[in-house]
Amino acid sequence: MNCILIDDEAAARAIIAHLCSQVETITVLEEFPNAIEAMKFLNKNMVDLIFLDIHMPDFTGFDFIETLKNPPKIVLTTSDVNFAIEAFEYECIVDYLVKPIGMPRFMKAIQKVESSGFSSSKAISESSQTTSSSSEKEMYVNIDRRLIKIEFEKIYLIEAKGDYILIKTEDKKYTVHSTLKKIEEKLPDSLFLKVHRSYIINIKKIIDIEDNSVLIARDVIPISRSNRPELMKRLNLL
Amino acid sequence: MEIPNTTYIDQLAGDDHVFKEKLIKILKKEFPQEILNYENNIKAKAFIKAAKNVHKLKHKFGILGLEKGYTIAIEYEENLKIASTQLQSEFDDILQRANTFVQSL
Repeated sequence: MNCILIDDEAAARAIIAHLCSQVETITVLEEFPNAIEAMKFLNKNMVDLIFLDIHMPDFTGFDFIETLKNPPKIVLTTSDVNFAIEAFEYECIVDYLVKPIGMPRFMKAIQKVESSGFSSSKAISESSQTTSSSSEKEMYVNIDRRLIKIEFEKIYLIEAKGDYILIKTEDKKYTVHSTLKKIEEKLPDSLFLKVHRSYIINIKKIIDIEDNSVLIARDVIPISRSNRPELMKRLNLL
Repeated sequence: MEIPNTTYIDQLAGDDHVFKEKLIKILKKEFPQEILNYENNIKAKAFIKAAKNVHKLKHKFGILGLEKGYTIAIEYEENLKIASTQLQSEFDDILQRANTFVQSL
């Protein structure tokens, strides 16, 4: 789960970033001292979650939310309990943390976020569409009109599923309306190899190979006879 | 008299000394600046701005385990919003003690 932090207090940002660092499933992409900087970032990047301070100079947390067309989940962080009722008028606001924030309460908020639709099942969308642009380290997939960033090194398997492909990462699965051929063009050759007409694997994630199958994470994937020589060539064999 | 402490910081940091040092460094830098902003706004009788400063300082009181100080800050913030400086001396006293403590860390 990717998140950003918006708070004009450096101490508050440091504390929330530290709390996030204790949770394996959360990655803090950026920290912002004001909403304007965050808006610029969100114009180019997708996030799953925002930790948002309400009281900021010039632009309050609520003003900020109003500017978002398709807001991600938001956890408000504030020293003011008076906004709780207003906060829950916004569907995107999942929780409301009163500073100073302790780990037990923070974990409750994360559980709320996760149960509100950030499990892998949420990411598997029937209305997902096509893959999008690529770069050296990641690509973006269009799911429910949201461009979701997937880091290449986290992907271990891509499977053809009719008109869709299933992208499996270490912690999530994404169903995307695309083809193996299309995604193959976006993937770095140094990491990925098509081992079967229905499967592309991340060769760095291979656990073992036995005859005509490869074990990758918990999936056993068939290797086509025609693809086997290339796979063997790419392995660092003793 | 309530004494500032590092209980919250210690609990938060656990054995992560790097984080603890980082947070203390931030507090040493940020706290005096926030106090200065508050004092300037009080001098200028800009009470709404001062209330916003108190709001930020309140969080620092919480970080430093000043529970009573936090409660006084809440009330003082509300007073400032209606241009009343009631509780200023109590708040200022806690503020100075808290800052002395932070700078001693």
